[in-house]
Amino acid sequence: MELVLSAAIGFMTACGVWLLLRPRTYQVIVGLSLLSYAVNLFIFGVGGVKSDEPPLLTEGASVALLADPVPQALVLTAIVIGFATTALFLVVLLASRGLTGSDHVDGRSDPR
Amino acid sequence: MVVILPFVGSLLTAFLLRTNSRLLPASIAGFVAATVVLMTAALYPSVANGGVVRFEIEWLPQLGVNLNLRVDGFAWLFAMLVGIIGVLVVLYARYYMSEEGPVPRFFSFLLAFMGSMLGIVFSGNVILLSVFWELTSLTSFLLISYWNQNPAARDGARMALTVTATGGFCLLVGLVILGNIAGSYDLDVILSSAEAITAHPLYLTCLILILLGAFTKSAQFPFHFWLPNAMAAPTPVSAYLHSATMVKAGVFLLARLSPALSGTYEWFMLVGLAGVSTLLLGSYFAMFQQDLKGLLAFSTISHLGLITTLLSLGSPVATVAAIFHMVNHATFKASLFMAAGIIDHETGTRDMRRLSGLLRYLPITGRLAMVASAAMAGVPLLNGFLSKEMFFAEAVETHANSWLDTATPYLAVIASAFSVAYSLRFIHSVFFGPPPMGLPNQAPQEPPHWMRFPIDFLVIACLVVGIFPNFTIGPFLHAAAVSVLGQSTPQYSLSVWHGFNVPLLMSLVAMTTGCAIYVGFRSYFSRCEGTPVFRHLAGQRIFERVLVTLSWRWARSLESRLGTRSLQPQLRWITFLGFLAAFLPLYLAGFQSRMLSPSDLDAAFLGIWTIGCCLAIGTAYLAKYHRLAALVMLGGVGLIVCITFLWLSAPDLALTQLLVEIVTTVLILLGLRWLPKRVGDLKDEMTFRARFRRFRDFVLAAACGVGMAFISYAVMTMTVPDTIANFFLNNAYTQGGGRNVVNVILVDFRGFDTLGEITVLGIVALTVYALLRRFRPAPDSLAAPEQQQVQALFDEQQPDRDAGDTVRDYLLVPSVIMQWLFPVVITLAVYIFIRGHDLPGGGFSAGLTMSIAFLLQYLAGGTRWAEDRIRVLPLRWMASGLITAGGTGIGAWLFGYPFLTSHSRYLDLPLIGKVPAATAMIFDLGVFLLVVGSTVLILVALAHQSIRINRIRAMDEAKEGAP
Repeated sequence: MELVLSAAIGFMTACGVWLLLRPRTYQVIVGLSLLSYAVNLFIFGVGGVKSDEPPLLTEGASVALLADPVPQALVLTAIVIGFATTALFLVVLLASRGLTGSDHVDGRSDPR
Repeated sequence: MVVILPFVGSLLTAFLLRTNSRLLPASIAGFVAATVVLMTAALYPSVANGGVVRFEIEWLPQLGVNLNLRVDGFAWLFAMLVGIIGVLVVLYARYYMSEEGPVPRFFSFLLAFMGSMLGIVFSGNVILLSVFWELTSLTSFLLISYWNQNPAARDGARMALTVTATGGFCLLVGLVILGNIAGSYDLDVILSSAEAITAHPLYLTCLILILLGAFTKSAQFPFHFWLPNAMAAPTPVSAYLHSATMVKAGVFLLARLSPALSGTYEWFMLVGLAGVSTLLLGSYFAMFQQDLKGLLAFSTISHLGLITTLLSLGSPVATVAAIFHMVNHATFKASLFMAAGIIDHETGTRDMRRLSGLLRYLPITGRLAMVASAAMAGVPLLNGFLSKEMFFAEAVETHANSWLDTATPYLAVIASAFSVAYSLRFIHSVFFGPPPMGLPNQAPQEPPHWMRFPIDFLVIACLVVGIFPNFTIGPFLHAAAVSVLGQSTPQYSLSVWHGFNVPLLMSLVAMTTGCAIYVGFRSYFSRCEGTPVFRHLAGQRIFERVLVTLSWRWARSLESRLGTRSLQPQLRWITFLGFLAAFLPLYLAGFQSRMLSPSDLDAAFLGIWTIGCCLAIGTAYLAKYHRLAALVMLGGVGLIVCITFLWLSAPDLALTQLLVEIVTTVLILLGLRWLPKRVGDLKDEMTFRARFRRFRDFVLAAACGVGMAFISYAVMTMTVPDTIANFFLNNAYTQGGGRNVVNVILVDFRGFDTLGEITVLGIVALTVYALLRRFRPAPDSLAAPEQQQVQALFDEQQPDRDAGDTVRDYLLVPSVIMQWLFPVVITLAVYIFIRGHDLPGGGFSAGLTMSIAFLLQYLAGGTRWAEDRIRVLPLRWMASGLITAGGTGIGAWLFGYPFLTSHSRYLDLPLIGKVPAATAMIFDLGVFLLVVGSTVLILVALAHQSIRINRIRAMDEAKEGAP
């Protein structure tokens, strides 16, 4: 489980970083999304991975076995904020494209 | 109190910026300055016999920095000087400053300066002293640049600030070293640990740094050049800051610290060299000035050099003479500056070549100025004579056996002769000779009585002190000397006549030589352009060259080498450094990951992530030319992340991820329409550079990926220590009243974070909205999308179809279903919201669900259709959300609890039964409302662009059609 998950995080990070370094704004925004998946999963994984033990309290059950709720709370806010930043970046991207007529990250039209 | 008062007055005056009255700010300033004088004077009995008044407020006790104020005889004398000359300058400035300027600003700065200067004088802690030191540099900058429309004033101010603030920084470092050597920043402790300080290996460093501070402030060679340029300031400022007080701060500090630092060979050489060369060069330069204030400025430099020389000698009598000369110089130089100001004010010029014979127009001012310059030249019966005699007497005596000591008396006589010459020149060329020709102001006349009063006062002081020194300045000077020198205060006599001795002879020689120089070179002085011989010793030019090199050439070349305006290199460096920041510490610490046996591999989990990784790679590969495909694949990855959350016991995350995935996809889809069309060109020839870049990025990405995988594996296989998680798990139900721990954390335990977060979300939504209001798409995106064009063409070609039919028919069945689903989705949102406290759900997911409900209507019927039927007012949703959430927090105050304390209980409702009711629920409602508002605002703002674009297009066409 951990092995697969960490490999997946690695793959998504690599793809995200690769896209982040590309010259087109759309590639960067997609790369950021991928990177945020990886980071969210990483933060989530810090609490340890457990199957089938959601942090929901039931009468009489021991709490010791439940999954760590703190990373979950952190990631939940991270997901929402991630949406907000994606939206903001998208709009900046569109505005820059409208202003410069190019979708290059530096607003240049010549592919150098 | 004395220190704070001027700052209060300064603030008060600053509030009067709009006033037109010249009197009001001046009278406030005058009142403040007079109060300062009186209050300081009242302290005299307690300091008269070597007593010290202390006042302490703790500020940063853990660093040993406290607001220690300390008044002894020396500080008292200096504070009186600051106060009295302050009063006189305010009185003078009341008449001098023209009404057109922002006079309240002037007085406000002047008072602020006065407070800072008093702060330096009274500081009992060297760090505090350094703070006030910087404050005087700043206020001096502001005052020099008072006429900020004048470029000379701006340059002079900037130069003064650069030089003195650099010195101030050195001083701070020096004082910190000094404090560390002495073991305390307290002035008393430092002064009493002289032996430890002079024996310390860091003594020389510390001394040089402190001297740099003092020399820059007191305009000692080679840092003297800023003072003449500071003469662009209004004359009251020159009189007050740049002759009487601020420039004295450096020598004040030297005198103050001399018990701790002086007496060594280094001190003698460093201070003595600077002092003697300043003394000599200052008086030499002063002879060749054509500007009245320039002459006075160089004369000030020379006199400061004299004081520094006295301090360098380190003998007690020399220190007394230094203190005495500080006071004397302040009196005659301030009056001379004010006289020069009156001349400038009345005639309109300060150029000595154009001025002559003014005595017939300004008889009283002229005579006063003559007395003052006689004091400057050291003529007997005036105060300047007394301290100059003391200086000569000390110069003759041997203190440290070196060439400098041997040369001092001769150099002193030469400098004194120069000063006689420039004093004569000042008087003779301005007040005597034929009536002036071609003055800007033809009829100069005596200024108002009260404008001249400060000069009267100061000149009378020169005379009285010069004739009866023992009755006037004697006791105060004694108190000051005792407070600096302590036990070793010498016997000295302040009298006019000491009999025929070497100093008197030196004075006589200097006088006659000075007169001879003036008579001999008189015509040359008035003709010369700049200073002969030392013309190339222009500190100003060197300073400017250094500045240009530092702040322009070096900064430029650094920027061009290390800086970039392109995003890609920046991101590359950030990623690379991020990688190093994670890699290096782990590598150096010898970190190794534990390997778990891969026995617990779950085939299904492995399967979905195999797909997930393929999708991620596909996204990366296709994002350039096939945006839609990349977006679909990105969504796929998101779904798999969502499944993973579900799998690994995080239902809340799964829910939120799913909903966010939907919203994000729609968002990016809306954005895709505005991006340029990009088709992969198969024949795209890759240059070597591009290939190399790609390879480098690939290596970096792979390294980051491997590193992340490695670290996450290590972290995940660690045994989880006892974290705060247990606290939340144990207390969520008992204290938060909810069974869903994640939700309880969000809305209760960490409610304040969530409040901050939803605020950020709201701000982002507003920013998006604001950015899109002025959005103007690129010209090549203006036309209708290809698909719409095809559809419109089809409608035109078929005879039985009207325009727009195809669009209407598009996805007819799904859109009908979507419309029907509207209430269902809303019910779902309500359901998710209500169960949130105990089961997966909550404000965030409910809010996203709700916004998807709206979104579906937009998707089903188009923007126009949807807005005809439902009016969503996202801004109101957001506002009510923030108010609800914030109000819940504030509500806790009403019951006497801290912000956002929540309360929970079960309510018995009829029919439904037991219902959990926590105030956190109301907070969650706020979250819900805000999330709905923000999400809808973002999406709708983006969706509206298509409508706007039609309008813009129509307008453009109308414009083209009109002409």
